[in-house]
Amino acid sequence: MRRTPLYEAHVRLGAKMVDFGGWAMPVSYPSGILDEHRATRSAVGVFDVCHMGEVHFVGSGAADTVQRIVTNDVARLENGRAFYTVACLPSGGIVDDLIVYRLQPDHFVAVVNASNSDKDLDWFQEHRGAACDIQDRSPTTGLIAFQGPAAAQALQPLVTFPLERLRTFSVATDVTIDGMPVWIARTGYTGEDGFEIFCDAKDAPALWDRLVDVAGQAGGKPIGLGARDTLRLEARLPLYGNDLTDETTPLEAGLGWVVKLDGGDFVGRDALRAQAAAGITRKLTGFVMTERGIARHGYAIYDAGGAAAGAVTSGGPAPTLSQNIGLGYVPTGLSVTGTKLSIDCRGKRVAAEVVSGPFYKRGKK
Amino acid sequence: MSAQYPDDLFYTKDHEWARIEDRDGTKVATIGVTRFAVEQLGDVTQVDLPKEGESVKQAEVFGSVESVKAVSDLFAPITGKVVKVNSPLADSPEYVNEDPYDEGWMIQVAVSNAKELDALLDAEAYQAFLREQAE
Repeated sequence: MRRTPLYEAHVRLGAKMVDFGGWAMPVSYPSGILDEHRATRSAVGVFDVCHMGEVHFVGSGAADTVQRIVTNDVARLENGRAFYTVACLPSGGIVDDLIVYRLQPDHFVAVVNASNSDKDLDWFQEHRGAACDIQDRSPTTGLIAFQGPAAAQALQPLVTFPLERLRTFSVATDVTIDGMPVWIARTGYTGEDGFEIFCDAKDAPALWDRLVDVAGQAGGKPIGLGARDTLRLEARLPLYGNDLTDETTPLEAGLGWVVKLDGGDFVGRDALRAQAAAGITRKLTGFVMTERGIARHGYAIYDAGGAAAGAVTSGGPAPTLSQNIGLGYVPTGLSVTGTKLSIDCRGKRVAAEVVSGPFYKRGKK
Repeated sequence: MSAQYPDDLFYTKDHEWARIEDRDGTKVATIGVTRFAVEQLGDVTQVDLPKEGESVKQAEVFGSVESVKAVSDLFAPITGKVVKVNSPLADSPEYVNEDPYDEGWMIQVAVSNAKELDALLDAEAYQAFLREQAE
């Protein structure tokens, strides 16, 4: 199994380690998933995301190559800004979801899912245009997420510039923490305010210890993949491999907002235009369980009349809401808020109801 | 904290325990899951159990326990009729994590055939089994 630079730190903290797409990762620390979930919602959580891939596009043709690969409009991206997007197949099916940063007009960075990074690199190389060098800098890059309502306050003493100037989906690259060069991006995967901090892989253990320390002083702690999943599901952020696959399109997944059909051309645009014109027939839909039961990935979904309607792509308890929630693809007619569904929980049909928007939304400051 | 694996209990290789008591000539088994099971499960969020009067059969599924991450079957250590269910678990499944041998018990069963106890492990044998599995 592959190890991140923080493997020893996790073991020292008593984490339960699991195989996550070939990586040895902490699923939880001794206080448990629910406690970690609450700590992130109430204070701040520190996440090892060093396993994610960082792919650099460098050269005068970098923007053209990135645009060929992603559905969002690269021309709208300014220096120091980022967007969430997907890369598609010609069919419109999703290769991966990713965040793209523009550092300079000739330098972009894509942060991709760990389990997809080899596939993505091949895909990116295949669509590389002129005057663009594609560099996989994942092995030498560390990435730590620092997420929660107390994140900015806890991080501020470690940096010399005012974090309040760093807008959501912006990145500051000329920063140090304890003398270590870092980039700080205001991005995340929890539904909270927070940061993703890039560093040299060799600095990751020292940076981790420092962040865990300041998080602890703010009532926070390290967070494993278990709570990362419950946090992102509450915020209704999709997970590749579950909610997004090469057989689902961004329009079906509710990601139309990252598909710019009138921006630059990209792989899959024709298929997505055709689907947009014809209208989608199924949609990634959120539901809450209205009877006792927990929906899990793969469970069948039925309509009120008992007819098969689809399958759960993500499901589980929503600790902040004290409800059980889930996502799944159902015909668009059944994706309307308030629609009654049932989920086959191991042979028992359990009632559920369609809800719109994020299950959890953080309060405005 | 209670002992990791109390000496007075019987254990299964599926990580349930049974405490046997004599009540007016009938053997009653109180059943739950072990500390090892709880550590593997993580936070328990739902426990599904049979109702009073229903029967359970040794080594067969009698219910399930849902943690944040997954659902796991519960296997009956012994055959018999359910005489009592730990109903507070419906609202407080965390008792299973906090106190698996006491407040986290799940069902009580009137034992049909005490000979079935021979198929269960004592605390020492169960811990030996856990060590074996860890290797």
